[in-house]
Amino acid sequence: MTALLQVNNVSKRFGGFTALDGVSVSIAPGERFGLIGPNGSGKTTLINCVSGLLWNDSGSIHFDGREISRLPAYKRTRGGIARTFQVPRPFSSMPVLENLLVPCQYVVQAGEAEARSLAMDILGRIGLAGKADTPSNQLSQVELRKLELARAMAARPRLLISDEAMAGLAGAEVDEVLGILFKLNESGITIIMIEHIMQAVMRFSQRVICLDAGRIICEGTPKDIVANLDVQRAYLGA
Amino acid sequence: MRFWLGTAIAAAALATVAGTVKYEYFFFAGYTVLMFVVLATAWNILGGYAGYVNFGTPAFFGLGAYTAAVLYKATALPLALQIAAAATMAGLLGLAAGLLTLRLRGIFFAIATIALVVIMETVFINWRYAGGATGLQLLRPAPIPPFESYTKMLFVVMGVMAIAAVAIARYIERSWVGRGLRAIRDSEEAAEANGVPTLRLKVFACVVSGALMGAAGAPMPMYLSFIEPASTFNLNYAVGALASPMIGGTAHWAGPVIGAMLLASLQQIVTVTVSNEINVLLVGVLLVIFIVAAPEGIIGLAQKLRRKLASRRKAAR
Amino acid sequence: MGMFWELLPEAILFGILLGGFYAAVSMGLSVSFGLLDVPNVAHPAIMVFGSYCTYLLAQQGLDPIVAGVLLMPPFFLLGMAVYRFYYEAFERRGAEAGVRGIAFFFGVALIIEVGLILAFGVDQRMVEAAYVGVAASVGEIRIPLRMLVAFGVAVVLTVALTLYMSRTFTGRAIKAVAQDEPALRLMGADPVRIKQWAFGIATGVSALAGAMLIIVGPVEPALDRVYIGRTFAVVVLAGLGSMTGTVAAGLILGISESIVLMQFGASWAPAVSFALLLAVLGFRPQGLFGR
Repeated sequence: MTALLQVNNVSKRFGGFTALDGVSVSIAPGERFGLIGPNGSGKTTLINCVSGLLWNDSGSIHFDGREISRLPAYKRTRGGIARTFQVPRPFSSMPVLENLLVPCQYVVQAGEAEARSLAMDILGRIGLAGKADTPSNQLSQVELRKLELARAMAARPRLLISDEAMAGLAGAEVDEVLGILFKLNESGITIIMIEHIMQAVMRFSQRVICLDAGRIICEGTPKDIVANLDVQRAYLGA
Repeated sequence: MRFWLGTAIAAAALATVAGTVKYEYFFFAGYTVLMFVVLATAWNILGGYAGYVNFGTPAFFGLGAYTAAVLYKATALPLALQIAAAATMAGLLGLAAGLLTLRLRGIFFAIATIALVVIMETVFINWRYAGGATGLQLLRPAPIPPFESYTKMLFVVMGVMAIAAVAIARYIERSWVGRGLRAIRDSEEAAEANGVPTLRLKVFACVVSGALMGAAGAPMPMYLSFIEPASTFNLNYAVGALASPMIGGTAHWAGPVIGAMLLASLQQIVTVTVSNEINVLLVGVLLVIFIVAAPEGIIGLAQKLRRKLASRRKAAR
Repeated sequence: MGMFWELLPEAILFGILLGGFYAAVSMGLSVSFGLLDVPNVAHPAIMVFGSYCTYLLAQQGLDPIVAGVLLMPPFFLLGMAVYRFYYEAFERRGAEAGVRGIAFFFGVALIIEVGLILAFGVDQRMVEAAYVGVAASVGEIRIPLRMLVAFGVAVVLTVALTLYMSRTFTGRAIKAVAQDEPALRLMGADPVRIKQWAFGIATGVSALAGAMLIIVGPVEPALDRVYIGRTFAVVVLAGLGSMTGTVAAGLILGISESIVLMQFGASWAPAVSFALLLAVLGFRPQGLFGR
């Protein structure tokens, strides 16, 4: 089977600092994929390069067989790649529902009425239906995380990149978000999860890679990763 | 529906005023107020909705005015075509400036627009045909019936432009385009990641905004029977266009209208009774106070008040 | 064309002096906008305010340079206050600082400009000193002494500021604040206080720049408008926050303006800085020495 996302030898530098150093990843359709690594290891840079907020200096990125690394971000979203942000970035002047109307109109190209019903449907699935008219700058941390996820879902992605969607959430809330991601995956959406909560990534992912200082230091099943000494070193600094 | 009713009432009021008021000075002053309504409304399309500050109103306005003046001098073009040509030229300036600098952060765009004003002014100071630094005298043609005076005719023309500008701004605000522009203002990266073609939308807003400013400038040479660079590329236009929406409220189309009516009326009163400097000082102080203490403007204050009254009524029950 | 080559050396020499002066008046902005990312469009207005303060002190018989130095501490405090206010009103509340921050400083510039008009009128003001109105001769080229003085002060200011930024703990902390705030927290410094201090320095330096402004030529309240173009052109061309870049960019602007002045006349000169600024923004927004 061909890969849905094929990252090939991608590098990215900021001035003298190398954030990504020849990273290659291949992700199959329908896969649940985990991306871990210490702070500053290049996780967010990698997904910024995939989603188009940054352009990689060298290497190639193929999505569904097509080279996308020079497409603007909005075209990649329209092509089927959606993401959440590590620090939630709601459209704070809009109520919750209207936040979802943006991808419904700009990605799915629905008309106003259709967009509203699509958005309402997603809010219902994620448990924010009661907050549809709440200004998004009045949401709690959990609700903001859910809004990020809901907005990404509204773009009807084939690949959803979840950038620390569970940071700062308590145990039951983590389970809730995990449940949503599992359901999305069952409906056929490929998911890349970036997470600090190791337990969550390990439970969720079928395959995991660990980045450190811009390089992949190991790759394998969650079991392999846990057993890998390099990862422990990267995390514990031992 | 309510908006179209309002538009009809505004148009009727315009016609009534033009038909009944006898003082020529009323039209002379009213023209300026309406012109600032157009400028503020135009500014708000890019500045208010998308959050890109434009200091370059005089560049767009002045290019429109000079386009009209030069065409009139060369071919005695009728006013309506002067306005169309002015809007086109200023729209093209918006396109060029937008493509060049709207990829960058807002502050860079803001500085670039200051540059536009100085460059435009320098070009027209050095262009002999357009009168150079000393300016150009223009002879007004006869007013077109039913208007008995040219100033009154220009007043009505500017009134029609104000209604059109507000209708365009309101249409953008309510449509998916306006939603995209607001998304850009809230978070450009999130907008892009949610499928919004940010650069294209910003350039579009810049073109529409610039074209409206250019159109507002077109009747100016006829209004004064004269045009010269220093007063045409005057900072006052930048101040008015920016301060009116900031004071009235940038989120709603009515904000710039209220702000412009207020500031332009203030200008008429203070400039005549005290001095232009005091007027600019007042505007500057008002601007800073509103930015700091009431960022949603007068519209926002009114909404807050209404909400408070509503909740008090609920509590009383 | 023969005329052009004959006059070129003088134009370049004058451009270098002018460029040093432009670099010096841009130093404050290089810190406040380049390093701190504060959209300080009021920088030139504050500088012109400094010129008028210098004028008042010079009326009392003080040498304008001494006056500029004396004005630095009060301007430093003024800058700290302005930043504190800006921080409390905008940066602290986050996201929407963009539009409002820019409009705020625009309002401040407007108030300063009109305030100066109300206090002093629109007429030009200048100062008297032994070196104003005298020229030195280098071969056949005559150089106004006031330009040399301004250039000298500019060099001293640039060297002092560069040393301060690289050699002192606070200077390094200011640079750290510009690049990476977490690193600064590890140094054990409060980023807001560092920024406040740095903005104070930027404003203090503007006082001396204002003194040089009125030494180099007569000053009027609306002079800040031309200098918005010049200072931002220099800072952006330099690459944000680079001190050596600021000197190089100042020289480039000075020499270009001087050549345009010689070749096309004074009416084109104000557009040089703005055209340069537009070109840099359009084609190399990271500047000459930026990343």
